[in-house]
Amino acid sequence: MLVNEKIAIEHGLKSDEYKKICQLLKRTPNITELGIFSAMWNEHCSYKSSRRHLKNLHTKGKKVIQGPGENAGVIDIGDDDAIVFKIESHNHPSFIEPYQGAATGVGGIMRDVFTMGARPIANLNSIHFGSPQHKKTKNLLRGVVKGIGGYGNCIGVPTIAGQTSFDESYNGNILVNAMTLGLVNKKKIFYSKAAGINKPVIYVGSKTGRDGIHGASMASAVFDDKIEEKKPTVQVGDPFTEKLLLEACLELMADDSIISIQDMGAAGLTSSSVEMASKGKLGIELNLNKVPCREEKMNPYEIMLSESQERMLIVLENGKEEKAKKIFDKWDLDFAIIGKTTNSKKIELYFDDKKVCDIPVDFLAENAPVYDRKWKKIKLPQSIKFKKQDFKALKIEDCLKKLLSHPNICDKQWIWDQYDHTVMGDTIQKPGGDSGVVRIHGTSKAVAASVDSSALYCFAHPLSGGKQIVCESWRNLISVGSEPIAITNCLNFGNPEKEKNMGEFVECVQGISEASKYLDFPVVSGNVSFYNETKDKGIKPTPSIGGVGIIKDYKNMISMGLKNSGNIVLVIGKTIGHLEQSIFAREILSEKKGPPPEINLFNEKNNGLTVLKMINENLVESCHDISLGGILVAISKMCIKSKKGFKLNQLKGLVNKFEYFFGEDQARYLIEISKENLPKVDKILKQNSVHYDELGSVIDKNIELSDEIKLSIDDLEKNYKNWLRRYMLN
Amino acid sequence: MKSSVIIFPGSNCDRDMDVALKKFGFKNTMVWHNDDKLPKSDLIVLPGGFSYGDYLRCGSIAGKSKIINSVIDFAKTGGLVLGICNGFQILTETGLLPGVLLQNKNIEFICKNVFVKINDKNNKYFNKINKEILELHIAHNEGNYFCTNDELKMLEDNDLVAVSYCDEKGEVNEKSNPNGALQNIAGIFNKEKNILGMMPHPERMIDKYLSGEDGSIFFKNLINNIK
Repeated sequence: MLVNEKIAIEHGLKSDEYKKICQLLKRTPNITELGIFSAMWNEHCSYKSSRRHLKNLHTKGKKVIQGPGENAGVIDIGDDDAIVFKIESHNHPSFIEPYQGAATGVGGIMRDVFTMGARPIANLNSIHFGSPQHKKTKNLLRGVVKGIGGYGNCIGVPTIAGQTSFDESYNGNILVNAMTLGLVNKKKIFYSKAAGINKPVIYVGSKTGRDGIHGASMASAVFDDKIEEKKPTVQVGDPFTEKLLLEACLELMADDSIISIQDMGAAGLTSSSVEMASKGKLGIELNLNKVPCREEKMNPYEIMLSESQERMLIVLENGKEEKAKKIFDKWDLDFAIIGKTTNSKKIELYFDDKKVCDIPVDFLAENAPVYDRKWKKIKLPQSIKFKKQDFKALKIEDCLKKLLSHPNICDKQWIWDQYDHTVMGDTIQKPGGDSGVVRIHGTSKAVAASVDSSALYCFAHPLSGGKQIVCESWRNLISVGSEPIAITNCLNFGNPEKEKNMGEFVECVQGISEASKYLDFPVVSGNVSFYNETKDKGIKPTPSIGGVGIIKDYKNMISMGLKNSGNIVLVIGKTIGHLEQSIFAREILSEKKGPPPEINLFNEKNNGLTVLKMINENLVESCHDISLGGILVAISKMCIKSKKGFKLNQLKGLVNKFEYFFGEDQARYLIEISKENLPKVDKILKQNSVHYDELGSVIDKNIELSDEIKLSIDDLEKNYKNWLRRYMLN
Repeated sequence: MKSSVIIFPGSNCDRDMDVALKKFGFKNTMVWHNDDKLPKSDLIVLPGGFSYGDYLRCGSIAGKSKIINSVIDFAKTGGLVLGICNGFQILTETGLLPGVLLQNKNIEFICKNVFVKINDKNNKYFNKINKEILELHIAHNEGNYFCTNDELKMLEDNDLVAVSYCDEKGEVNEKSNPNGALQNIAGIFNKEKNILGMMPHPERMIDKYLSGEDGSIFFKNLINNIK
């Protein structure tokens, strides 16, 4: 097939990108070469719209062993232990085929982690769906949850936390972001950089089929009416093979046979071989007839672009082939020597004794286009003055019940009951808390992880929104008693060719960067998903932040359920009563305008570190961060968790109860302490200039808003727990 | 006391079981499915997971694996064989235990704590256990026990229903049945009661920081009964 501009455009390349390819090669590419260029130059692999902005992220820190640019980020957790982690999107495939899309998303991120030599120890996810009333939402939710469970449960890695939200902006583009944490000895970390000439290049894992061809290109385009036709570009996962691949790779990694290793994710064999060669400043020569194929008559184009799952590319030390083959034979996996490293700095491919590709590696990687897209700054929306009469007809208890059963606040147990969250025997905080926590097997340490996003805040004001999610992640980690260490981000946005969407991206990234720098909470890995848009309708900007923290002694972990009657609960941090962009304003007052809550990074850091100090001094019995829904939702959740009651103090000088109880001011926590410890706690808080209010005290039953208004916990629990289960059953 | 845990490709509770057995005093050996001989053991455990990807039917391929013949021989001479979750499914596939494990009634994977009532203590697993109800953990997609009327009669007449799903107070009723299992059956014995297959995972409940500690009671009791 002769290549021309029209074919190049069908491959998703722009006209001038095609011209640039011809100029670089000084000839017209053949079809295999064009396929390879299109795969490497698309948005998903090249980060061409995002790269110049991602450079501004804060990525360094004392505990960072590996920042962005590898398969995953790595942090030091002491005693030679390191945690490898990353979050990644699988949005486009999950909308087309929810089960397989979500399953292979989980499979892909776990491979990124064990490629680095780490055994996965925890999975998390952040999933976002359209309005509950939209006709597709229920089936998509069901399929995605089954897919995530189907893959993670089979591998035997616990899914310990997650986030689910509903918003009409996801009607045509759901989001599925999967995150994995792995544990590795810091002296035994494997990287993708190839080194040495004439080293064997090995293909292991599943056979190559025609599934997923152009998957990465699909993820770099907007959707239209014919989206269902793209089903064949969704990969099909086989968690059983991945489990075997995991065990086989870890077995081979026990000694020093491997020089470099890379999983075949987006753009399959193409991106894995280019990446290894590019990082090692080497060439790679492959004989495509040696690639194990499961379908007949696959041509070089198909072999190079297939996104069949559960495959790895390895550069081995010379002489280690037999030993490696034995391990893969034991695990019944394909093992083939398909090529070698060269000093040509080219990707050279042979098929049926003919050279079918000859491209300098730099053309694919370093010379890939980088765009400085136009973007629009988004101003802080004007404040809204709520009037007294807006609240006149409202009753606090009715508002509370409505919010507890809101799809974005309500209990998500229907989801996590379907995820194995206890396998591996180290899960000490299950889903449903502020963070999931797993022990580092055989030690006194534990890692906490949480995943967060706040699309409404980001949509209202991207800069504030970007900062807010980092802060929320930090708070969720502190609330379980862990020291926040680092984050990974999954940047889900609309079409970068639109100035507004690009502006949302640029300013969210700026916000993330500012907050993570201030909090010393660096970004160590992540990915970007653009073009979450269907028929001109884009999603709200939804960066997801996955945070990881360390608990030195897991026995000191904190949970959010109230512990003892007679204890008192303090609100840490100042409550102004910011209602704009709160769930209360939207759902109760039907007001969608106004700025999101202000982020004060000084207070955020100071309040957080002070709470952590009190936890470390064993003064805190339970803790919960105050986020969506404000103080009253937060205390209700603490009550429901433990079936304890709570009596609120009559707060003096309160201008507006609704603002106080439902405002979403940031940098706040609820902490439960014993009465005897109040003087100590008061001293620490004052020394650190942290504002606090005494909210009330723990009692045996009911939430007592006043002497007259008593709400039964069972009743509140029903509001909190029933919505999702009922929705899915009907 | 010596135990062996069989690892099939796709097993994923093998390590958890190894940790639990060692914690309560067993000298445990891991045995690969392709071996043909078992080490000398007082107890063989078939762990949970997705052996051979659960392809065809859960446990069916493992039921034909190389090591399984030695397991069958061991069981037939009275050796103790414990199958948890996928291990229970494998035991029904080998014919060592009657019945099958169907997909859960709600067609969803279920991961949560449940209560089970111990129905019979006249065996090595539950003899002298000082509790009637255990809180254990389940995590499965196919735990819905089913068998023929004749088989059920045989199980009931011979006190072979080892454990049944119940509520906190020990009531065995429909509400406390998580997966639709016939008569709330959570685990059964063979006639000689040396083989126990059950869906709940005692190995996930072995210290107070996990979902609970009733698994510890099970293992402590078991090793004392073998000694």
